[in-house]
Amino acid sequence: MENDKQRLKLGFNGEFKEKEVVLEDGDPAPWDPSTKFSIVGTRVPRLDGRPKTTGEAKYASDVRLPGMLYGKIVRCPHPAATVKSIDLSEARRRPGVRAALAIAKPGEKMRFAGQEVAAIAAESPEQAIDALSAVKVDYAPMPFVVHHDDARKDGAPLVFEKGPETKTSGGDVETSSKKSLPRKGNVVGPRTFTKGDVEKAFRDPEAVVVEGRYRTQVQNHTALETHGLTASWEGESLTVWASTQSIFSVRDELAEALEIPASRIRVLTDYMGGGFGAKFGPGVEGIAAAKLAKEAGAPVKLFLDRKEEQLATGNRPSSDQWIKLAAKKDGTLTALQLVVHGNGGTNGGTGASGPAKNIYACPNVKVEEYDVFTNAGPSAAFRAPGHPQGAFVLEAAMDEMAKKLGMDPLAFRVKNDPSEIRREEFRIGAEKIGWSGRDAARKASAAKDPGVVRGVGVGAAVWYNTGGTGPRATVTILRDGSAQVEQGVQDLGTGARTMVGIITAEELGIPLDRVTVTIGDTRLPFGPGSGGSTTTPSSAPTIRRAAYQAKKKLAAAVAKSWKVDSATVTVAGGRVSARGDAKHDVTWAEACKLVPEEGVSATSERAENHEDAWQRFISGAQFAEVEVDTETGKVRVLRVVAVHDCGIAVNALTTESQIQGGVIQGVSYALFENRLLDRPTGKPLNPNVEQYKIAGALDVPEIDVHIVPVWDGVNNTHSTGIGEPATVPTAAAIANAVSHAVGARIRQLPITPEVVLAAVEEARKGGAA
Amino acid sequence: MSDEPRGFTRRTLVRGSLVGAIAAGARVKAATPEGTTIGPAAAPLDLNVNGATHRISVEPRVTLADALRDRIGLTGTKVVCGRGACGACTVLLDDATVCSCLMLAHEAAGRKITTIEGLAEAGKLSALQEAFVAEDALQCGYCTSGMVLSCKALLDATPRPSRDEIRNAIAGNLCRCGTYNHVFAAVERAAGAKTAGARSGEHTVETAAFRLPPSACSLENDPRVAEGTAEALEAEEV
Repeated sequence: MENDKQRLKLGFNGEFKEKEVVLEDGDPAPWDPSTKFSIVGTRVPRLDGRPKTTGEAKYASDVRLPGMLYGKIVRCPHPAATVKSIDLSEARRRPGVRAALAIAKPGEKMRFAGQEVAAIAAESPEQAIDALSAVKVDYAPMPFVVHHDDARKDGAPLVFEKGPETKTSGGDVETSSKKSLPRKGNVVGPRTFTKGDVEKAFRDPEAVVVEGRYRTQVQNHTALETHGLTASWEGESLTVWASTQSIFSVRDELAEALEIPASRIRVLTDYMGGGFGAKFGPGVEGIAAAKLAKEAGAPVKLFLDRKEEQLATGNRPSSDQWIKLAAKKDGTLTALQLVVHGNGGTNGGTGASGPAKNIYACPNVKVEEYDVFTNAGPSAAFRAPGHPQGAFVLEAAMDEMAKKLGMDPLAFRVKNDPSEIRREEFRIGAEKIGWSGRDAARKASAAKDPGVVRGVGVGAAVWYNTGGTGPRATVTILRDGSAQVEQGVQDLGTGARTMVGIITAEELGIPLDRVTVTIGDTRLPFGPGSGGSTTTPSSAPTIRRAAYQAKKKLAAAVAKSWKVDSATVTVAGGRVSARGDAKHDVTWAEACKLVPEEGVSATSERAENHEDAWQRFISGAQFAEVEVDTETGKVRVLRVVAVHDCGIAVNALTTESQIQGGVIQGVSYALFENRLLDRPTGKPLNPNVEQYKIAGALDVPEIDVHIVPVWDGVNNTHSTGIGEPATVPTAAAIANAVSHAVGARIRQLPITPEVVLAAVEEARKGGAA
Repeated sequence: MSDEPRGFTRRTLVRGSLVGAIAAGARVKAATPEGTTIGPAAAPLDLNVNGATHRISVEPRVTLADALRDRIGLTGTKVVCGRGACGACTVLLDDATVCSCLMLAHEAAGRKITTIEGLAEAGKLSALQEAFVAEDALQCGYCTSGMVLSCKALLDATPRPSRDEIRNAIAGNLCRCGTYNHVFAAVERAAGAKTAGARSGEHTVETAAFRLPPSACSLENDPRVAEGTAEALEAEEV
């Protein structure tokens, strides 16, 4: 069959352009802006709200199986050491112990305090804890380095004697380059990006130039459910209940580690307690659980405790960034140079240049990114890898440049922003936050009480429309008029389960309560891993296509029963009718009675993105209003206005929740979070949630969410993700707001009282904000 | 163990002696003046949870949270930090909130314990639970049990709380997904519903209609679980 050409109306804000795209055979055309949706875009309470509020929802960490054992991991106490020997014999004799496993090999180097050395499984959690101390490990401690700056010094202890063994995970957007990069001590790089000639632009005598050095901290994911899984063997087949963002990658990585066919492994994730980028593979702990279960001949549950979670399961790397901008006197950006040194512990992939490369138009750009290795837990993808730290630095520099040019910071941004969507988002946000009155409001607050000053700042977001092919889905229409939809996607708390149901209900034209959603099982048609904000743009178009095909089969079955041409049968608005034939016009329920006993069913694959549609970056703009106590240095974020686009939001309610969550994590990153390691001993100082502070109910601002619908035609639902872009600009906006309030530049995250008071002092001495 | 010092070591406990110190913030009942020394071996006790009595046998060091989850199978109570810093394990003990990860199971023996599983009556969600669903006051749901119970304790004591009272009531309940503003709205909605009757509007949820059918991977469908539950529980309902 020939591919179908279709003219689409694409655009936003009531302004559309016609564009012709080629539809893949069998894929419905993207919705037209005139579509009257029955449920898409409305505020739909999530389908699993009830089981989550009653305790009925069973998370992987809640699984209890007959005869189940409890696994625990022995971890290296030293930041660097060689394992000389591991003796499990005493541990095996301890009461209740049923299996023991050496994870490290004799002679192997351990590279951070908390690295996995051995694992045991026992009949009760208490017996497992007791047996840990019976595992005898002989270590030869080695010199170590845990601080970013120390690691860069000549002669610093080497974290990796040879090349680093870095890994990448499914949520990474810009992973470490596979090609070999120069290495000097613990520093590997640079990865480079060059456009035009920055040196020449900086030499221009007319150029206005600003530069600055900025630091950001290591952030722990701190998902409330820790990493882990429950593993149960039946003969040579393995079933695992995993807390994961990607059931299929857990399956495949387990198959590889255990050397069994992937087809013999079933991975289930019905509910999971947050991931934020760090939960893709089974992890060392998951592989250990499966091996222990095999040895013991009994199911094993192995979930980490909080300390282990904070130490060893991933983090957002720190960064030390130097940025330099040049602009013409009229505010046209002419050059942007960025050098990033990122510390991801024993892992690389610490770049932060996404915002610098992708937000503002600039003819001359030069980026160099270096990974700095330390004896600390490995980094992992974390909600918009590299972007919150990159946006913080870029947006601070943009503010500095605007000040030097004597321009309004927002006007300077708008002048250099090539995205018409983001320019509109800036306009909406500025109006809502009261941008034009921000200097007056600051003055008024200072006049009222010079000790408590208000400020307003702005930050821009960028993300990428990264959904794509791979997923499949099955939609079945039953004779009673109800429908089933099946896809092996997982719901991290984002509302993916509800999204799957909404798309099915919309396409079939039936109420959501007539749709049964089944997800979270590798026996279902392949679903996307949830990384890179790709779940909805990968899944939703697949679901819609399968529902569309199932609907066509319904039409065919009805046509056969009516003895009419199936091309004349339409299914819309809860009715099925034959065109031009008044006697054949029935309700959905009556039509479904005409299908065979087994119902009608279609399994579809996701179509390719329409490369000829409106391909673009996802944008967003956030504005923050803060109150700064200039005597104590305490910052309160009073209000955040978050204006975002994510194509057509499938569920307005859960989309808003995602944006709220992104902002709150951004507040937490901006003000509180900071993983600390003790420089002299290399040990963790705050692997918990009382000294590692995350934002609580007393810390959250009022958040005003505004979603700009965009009809881009890239897939048949116009959907994109929102999880990551929503957290990209928050810290940037807050830092700029604090800088505005105190009158000096904030160059460091988190913005602790100490950082604020130093800025206040700088302002007193006449420093420029 | 008779020559153990008074009080409790890591593995023994003089039952009834140190309730107040451990269950910070809980209303403390009179402690038995002459406690019975138990442990380190498992010892039997009765836990009165959601109106049912469960006889279990655990070592003195087992926390109430672990007893609820691992022994009785009430896994709605979550353990996140294990040291009273996050509120995920919040349950009601004699109608007041406690962190069940900071309380030993033996200390809770015989007292009235309410967990998240005890809030819906005859399958009907409480107004507070309905409000959580309607306002989308949950994302991953892992903090939700503790969050709902903290809010219930607030509403029981203060039927029409101010925004600041709500903030303070859940100041000890950490949520990583960022649902706080929605929780505030849910409590306010539930407070309104309590006095004015169920509110109608675009957010109202017909919970029966939205009840999720068991999915393929829910444990209820796993025959091993269904058949083995009784043995797995190590607990008997009295």
